[in-house]
Amino acid sequence: MENIKETMLHERHLKLGAKMSPFAGFDMPIEYAGITQEHEAVRHKAGLFDVSHMGEIRIKGPDAMPFVDYLGTNRITGVEFGRVMYTILCTPEGGVIDDLFIYKLDYTEILLVVNASNIAVDYAWLLANKKGFDVEITNESDDWGEIALQGPLSASVLEPILKMNFSDLYFMRFRVIEYDRKKVILSRSGYTGEDGFELYGKTKVIAELWDKILENPNVSPCGLGCRDTLRFEAGLPLYGHEMSREISPLEAGSGFAVKLDKNFIGRDALQAQKDQGLPRTLVGLELIDKGIARGGYEVYKNGVKIGVVTTGYLLPGRDHALALALLTTSEAVMDSVVDIQIRGKNVAAKVRDFAFFHKNYYRKTL
Amino acid sequence: MSIINQEVVYAPSHEWAKVQGSEATIGISDFAQHALGSVVFVDLPSVGQRFNAGQEFGAVESVKAASELFLPLSGEIIAVNEELNDKPELLNSAPYASWIVKIKLSHPEEVKKLLKPEEYAKIAK
Repeated sequence: MENIKETMLHERHLKLGAKMSPFAGFDMPIEYAGITQEHEAVRHKAGLFDVSHMGEIRIKGPDAMPFVDYLGTNRITGVEFGRVMYTILCTPEGGVIDDLFIYKLDYTEILLVVNASNIAVDYAWLLANKKGFDVEITNESDDWGEIALQGPLSASVLEPILKMNFSDLYFMRFRVIEYDRKKVILSRSGYTGEDGFELYGKTKVIAELWDKILENPNVSPCGLGCRDTLRFEAGLPLYGHEMSREISPLEAGSGFAVKLDKNFIGRDALQAQKDQGLPRTLVGLELIDKGIARGGYEVYKNGVKIGVVTTGYLLPGRDHALALALLTTSEAVMDSVVDIQIRGKNVAAKVRDFAFFHKNYYRKTL
Repeated sequence: MSIINQEVVYAPSHEWAKVQGSEATIGISDFAQHALGSVVFVDLPSVGQRFNAGQEFGAVESVKAASELFLPLSGEIIAVNEELNDKPELLNSAPYASWIVKIKLSHPEEVKKLLKPEEYAKIAK
């Protein structure tokens, strides 16, 4: 059996009484007080997540930017420093290898933050496609820790600790700062739909920050359980569910990050898909009857299969279960009623958009 | 440490059965509710449905996932605990007081195959 890795905060999770479970090769906290309480804590106060399992890959060299532009669907060249970008690595057929975040550190230096389950695959893919680009690619995943502080109180919790003002640090912007004379990437971003921050550090500084932040009584430690319910409620895709080798970024509703007016691996396939019309479309479903739709359950219309559920939950504080589903595009009709097959029974659901929750990001307003 | 009720018998899939004459009351163990976490929905069968021992008769769902329920004894559903429709969390707070279904046994001799409390205690940890 493969060795299960531990993050630098592992001991702390055990002391806090977390329910632990293997996830992407790491022994990770799933919940502490409970998914429901933690979900509510992030929506109303602040929650702190250990996301050190995420991978970090550094691209360094004169061709760093053209390389990342060629490998990913989004355009990074021309984007100002301090911006966090979202991009997607595709196969030539337009399937998704991974979705990731780009930290543009310098003209010649980029840090990629990738899904834990895809670190090895991404690293191999980047190496396999570097021919002709003057770049050095380093997998630094084991050296970095990452924590995410999410929720409406996040800024007020973090400002006194870092002795900084965040009024001009907007959503999807980052700064490289020092804490206790150690370098930290402070990013106003996250995966919950709330205002919040992600902090990356290469040393024990992340553990120091974890302790310091948790001293604040408004902050609850939060596990991967509520990380998934929160991202789902905000309509954010998860690799392996809403996006995969078999589901293109256009089908997954992530067309905003696909720039077809530049060259990248998978561009032609995605252009063709767009020209011919998308075979499938990601929608939201709200169950009318009682029941909870889960990933993999089939969706029917008049007895004909029209799609499959990718993620589904009965979220805290809601009377009806919600789901994300990939439907045949012609059947992705708002307000139409479909059947979800749950343990052999048909349960009626209404097609809707997948913004189940209005995001509370800190954005620049005029 | 999970609580083992001494008045009932158990299936290895963590359901309990309290047998009274030709009828049995069915629920899930304290170990099961703890492993599931907060129960948010119980998918109940209908009165009149018949199941064989070991057959799936419903599901208990936590926020994260659905877990099938298996009937420990063969029989016909004669009552379902409707209270669980509004208060599924009762399975967490009182797993032995909160029954799920009552059945009329079709093969009462199957009871002998179920685990006694001391036997179940060995697997419920």
